[in-house]
Amino acid sequence: MKDFRYLENVTTLVLDEDKCIGCGLCEVVCPHTVFKVENPKASIIDRDACMECGACAANCPVEAISVTPGVGCASYIIQRWVKGKDAVIECC
Amino acid sequence: MKQLSIKKFDADPPKCDCEGNGRSNGDKVTPLQSLQPLSIPMAGAVDEDAPCCGPKPAPPSRPYEKSGYRIVHFVKDFVKTPVGDIPRIETGLKGLDIGGTIRARIGISRDRYKVAPGLYCVGSPDNESPVLVTANYKLSFDSLRKELAGLDAWILVLDTRGVNVWCAAGKRTFSTEEVIRQVKRVELEKMVSHRELILPQLGAPGVSSHKVKKGCGFKVIWGPIKARDIKAFLKNDKRTEVGMRQLTFTIRERIVLIPVELSLVVKPSLAILLAVFLLSGISPDIFSLSAAWFRGLNGAAAYLLGVFAGAVVVPVFLPWLPSRRFYIKGIQTGVTAGIILLLVLGQNITRLESVTLLLLAVSVSSYAAMNFTGATPYTSPSGVEKEMRQGIPVQLLAVVVAVITWVAAPFVS
Ligand code: SF4
Ligand code: SF4
Repeated sequence: MKDFRYLENVTTLVLDEDKCIGCGLCEVVCPHTVFKVENPKASIIDRDACMECGACAANCPVEAISVTPGVGCASYIIQRWVKGKDAVIECC
Repeated sequence: MKQLSIKKFDADPPKCDCEGNGRSNGDKVTPLQSLQPLSIPMAGAVDEDAPCCGPKPAPPSRPYEKSGYRIVHFVKDFVKTPVGDIPRIETGLKGLDIGGTIRARIGISRDRYKVAPGLYCVGSPDNESPVLVTANYKLSFDSLRKELAGLDAWILVLDTRGVNVWCAAGKRTFSTEEVIRQVKRVELEKMVSHRELILPQLGAPGVSSHKVKKGCGFKVIWGPIKARDIKAFLKNDKRTEVGMRQLTFTIRERIVLIPVELSLVVKPSLAILLAVFLLSGISPDIFSLSAAWFRGLNGAAAYLLGVFAGAVVVPVFLPWLPSRRFYIKGIQTGVTAGIILLLVLGQNITRLESVTLLLLAVSVSSYAAMNFTGATPYTSPSGVEKEMRQGIPVQLLAVVVAVITWVAAPFVS
């Protein structure tokens, strides 16, 4: 995905390196190579490539990663603006 | 013409050993050579049926056929296992599959195109064979099975409501709970001696591997994003290379998304076009039918060109359009499309009208392009929301100005 870059400094991704046990899963599940795990902990190597899918946070066994996952879809976001955050939303 | 063709079935052995492939030939329709239906040799027909005309009877039912169920065309036969008969599926796609794929791709029957969840197999798997997990969207299922020729494997299909792996993971139907539920439902622990499930990496947003392990004892191994890398992945000790883990968005992948994008705007477009024609008719003599028609056609052309510029041109030229913001990409293509339209219309319209048509094409294109973010695999929701806060006011303003000037134009000139 090197030919596609989206907006910078928007992702909600946060890594708590103190909690990390270096299991390596975040690197395996991330589809945009945001993490690198080596001696012995994970670090974020390409933060702006993150698309907030939530795969890393869901799979970190010690909850060292947090991200607000969501659907990057305009009609979804409009419905959320109109109906409020917790509404049931039909989407793509 | 119906009478001229007849379903030809292979003569079936009276007793089925579940190994034959008679079923797969059953769907072929062979045209009849002779025009007299009565002269067909009735192979296998019973004597007392002799005076009865019409097509020859279907082959005897297979032992695994059940009342109330229909065996789907991609099932070759059934394999006996400790937990019951498991369908063995074909790895080649047939006309039916390809037709279904095309229909799903252009947005017809997209919502209902699913396979029954549960356990399937390919080849001759045993209790050591890998278990591949997928979604029950028929296209996901097809793209997996067509890569499995020559492999022996179990396939566990989750109930993702007919949605593909990536979207289902986002909607949490491809989920930790669903994996655990299906593993228990098919009694997978009785089928295999190992305790591993291979999941497509794009399912990871919905599935926590450590929770699956806790919930059913199976360890999740994250497989490649694309089914075509499955064989290489299995050979590589079930490890994904970096390339197998990265999303791509090639021109081909972008183009296949366009028909569905377009099919989603058909309904709103009809309403908008109607409004364009009605607005076009407003004239100093209250309403003019000829104006509704001729000015309406120009308005409709601007609208449709806007849709084309935003929903077709932007996806195709995505990496080459300057700016990372989709609404700006849409403005760029919309301006181009609008200018082309004005060149074609030339002197036939007033200056005020040309401005209006340009604004309409640009706002529609910008909005359509912004909507394409939902289909791309690299836009973060935070980013989309940010650009929408900038883009929507611009689009709204353009539309409002366009409508006002369009309606005002006949009064001014
Ligand atoms: S949210 Fe998704 S894209 Fe972002 S770092 Fe995590 S896995 Fe990678
Ligand atoms: S998944 Fe969590 S614990 Fe494992 S390497 Fe990544 S941050 Fe560290």
